[in-house]
Amino acid sequence: MTLSPSRLFFWLTVLLLGGPVLAGLIGVVAGALDHVPGLQTAMPAGDVWGAVWSWPGIGRSVTLSFWTGLLAALISLASATIIMAGWSGTRSFTRARQWLAPFLAVPHAAAAFGIAFLIAPSGWIARAISPWLTGWDRPPDLLILGDPLGLAMVLGLVVKELPFLLLMMIAALPQAKAAPSMAVVTALGYGCARGWLLAVFPAVYRQIRLPVYAVLAYSMSAVDAALILGPTTPPPIAIVILRWAADPDLSLRALASAGALVQLGLVLVALVLWRLGEIAVAQLGHSLAESGQRGSGRAAEIAAAKLAATSGIFLIAGLSALALWSVAGAWPFPAFLPETSSSRVWASHGARLVETGAATLFLAFAVVAVSLSLALGSLEAGPSRRFLTALIYLPLIVPQVTFLPGLQAALLTIGLGSGALPVGLMHLVFVLPYLLLVLADPFNALDPRYRTIAAGLGLSPARQFLRLRLPLLLAPIAGAVAVGMAVSIGQYLPTLLAGGGRVPTLTTEALALATGGDRRVIGAYGLAQAMAALAPFALALALPRIVWRNRRGMFHG
Amino acid sequence: MAEPLILKTLTISAGVAPFVSVSLTAAPGEITTLMGPSGSGKSSILAAITGTLPDGLSATGDILLGTQNLSALPAWKRRIGILFQDDLLFPHLSVGGNLALGLAPGGTRSERRGRVEQALAEVGLEGFAARDPATLSGGQKARVALMRVLLSEPRALLLDEPFGSLDAELRSQIRSLVFNHAKARGLPTLLVTHDPQDAEAAGGPVISLR
Repeated sequence: MTLSPSRLFFWLTVLLLGGPVLAGLIGVVAGALDHVPGLQTAMPAGDVWGAVWSWPGIGRSVTLSFWTGLLAALISLASATIIMAGWSGTRSFTRARQWLAPFLAVPHAAAAFGIAFLIAPSGWIARAISPWLTGWDRPPDLLILGDPLGLAMVLGLVVKELPFLLLMMIAALPQAKAAPSMAVVTALGYGCARGWLLAVFPAVYRQIRLPVYAVLAYSMSAVDAALILGPTTPPPIAIVILRWAADPDLSLRALASAGALVQLGLVLVALVLWRLGEIAVAQLGHSLAESGQRGSGRAAEIAAAKLAATSGIFLIAGLSALALWSVAGAWPFPAFLPETSSSRVWASHGARLVETGAATLFLAFAVVAVSLSLALGSLEAGPSRRFLTALIYLPLIVPQVTFLPGLQAALLTIGLGSGALPVGLMHLVFVLPYLLLVLADPFNALDPRYRTIAAGLGLSPARQFLRLRLPLLLAPIAGAVAVGMAVSIGQYLPTLLAGGGRVPTLTTEALALATGGDRRVIGAYGLAQAMAALAPFALALALPRIVWRNRRGMFHG
Repeated sequence: MAEPLILKTLTISAGVAPFVSVSLTAAPGEITTLMGPSGSGKSSILAAITGTLPDGLSATGDILLGTQNLSALPAWKRRIGILFQDDLLFPHLSVGGNLALGLAPGGTRSERRGRVEQALAEVGLEGFAARDPATLSGGQKARVALMRVLLSEPRALLLDEPFGSLDAELRSQIRSLVFNHAKARGLPTLLVTHDPQDAEAAGGPVISLR
């Protein structure tokens, strides 16, 4: 059998999706068993686990990660479901949904900083209601950021996971046969929202199960949101692991590996619990459907509008707060707006921002260029098999903090210590799945008869791809490039680990500033990070409109 | 010289279960009609001939063009033109771009442009080369689609209910246009339809599928 180029790309993609996770897991297990090459700390395996479990506050850290992760995933899924049930299928929804992708693009760190600027005791919300409502003329002594329950962190996670789940649900609608199902249940006298929940949601959920698991796993192990909004005494387990891994005392490295396995076990337990929850909810749904009770679902429609508006406002207001702080001069507490403006921050950090921003964008572009070739190549190879779908989610479900240190060790053994190349490779592991996710549907939605006609005209597969599929898919490809760049720009942990401090991006710089607490500088970096991720979206929207301005058929049908 | 398109017990199976089988010879310059209700496997037979059977379907038997067996060739080397019910003009190309796409490589730019213009003139669409296909009427699109497939100089022509989406008056007009061009070029032509009027207008042998 000959290996066509597209088959080659397909297998390369499989290798790049599965290989790093596998290598990382092997590395982490070896590390926990204290078999790290070159590191002879000679701590017996039993002692490693003993040291992990006797670490001060470890129990609280584990509980915190478990509970905040489950809560964030639950709230995100529930909100997304209510929004879809109450709002999908309406005209305003169709208009609103094009804003989802940019929302998704805002990096976790920028969103978390924005939220911190809103909800902090001296944040915008407190200012808006002070002193006339609260009587506060000084920031209240409340522990809102980094609250011991981790609620601020949950909020930060939800604001980012909600648009992701919404996008996934929207993408699942056609396969779930949402429109015909809705026509049937409304004819049976069910209100829109209740009908959607009973008739459409089960089919949609079956399609988005893996994305939901990814959200759950991510929420339990997120590092950037935890650093900005999470509790510190003790922090979530992911942060504890990172501290172990970065500690100058090398004997803690084995603890980091063992901790990474704890994190993985935690996610697996949560997934099992979640699965049991799914079964229980399905039972409940069946009995609800059998009861035959109708209802208007007006309440759900109102709740949907409120939820969507709140999360949207949170993100936009947060980014505005970042922007405002970056140009603020004097801004004493209860004042809603700064009293004076100042260009000090932009003047002193501007050059470094531009330099780091350019490097961040260049890295993102390079990673996306490689990922895009792989993704398009493997899509050309034919309709994706089930196992590729599962593989896509592997790097998104196995926690970063579990497999990245092991992957780093593996890269080290092949001579890729730290630098731009290993950073790019690690970004690729996360950018490639998103590109495949975003491109698979438009690619498979192309009328298969185009292929037949083109073959009949004598066009070789390569020419069919270049002359037909590539231009026909310009808009989704441009969108995918924007998503991929946003994913790369937002990466914190891979950049930190593989960069070894020598590959600064806007994200690592912004998080390095987080502990410093200069709001004006954080504002500038957070804003720059968000803008870097959003700019490609503007281009992606504009490009097809310019290229195909004389081709009406490219915009509908 | 044009050669006949011959199907020898061409059998399409889903998995291991055969669901349609046909033998026929479509002579050059003649329009052979394959009749049958929807779901009888007409389109699958055409897909087997073009080499684009979807995953899950398989074909046995021989597909010959004269003495050449097509089954071993990849789709794009078979040179079998096909027209569908929808015009399926490529929306990102101009009318002229659509026609030029199928034109065999070679010739100078102005020669190629000349052939495109000439083809458009043949169907009463002089000066349409620069137009956006989305701005054309249904009848104009059908005519462009016909010229696109003919310019690619196919060795046989397949028609998959190509008149189904046209209204009655336009239908007979486009039908005779397509038939006349196919006959004039001596192409072996296989028409798939469920409309007896199409079969009658074709005037060739009619084969019924159950």
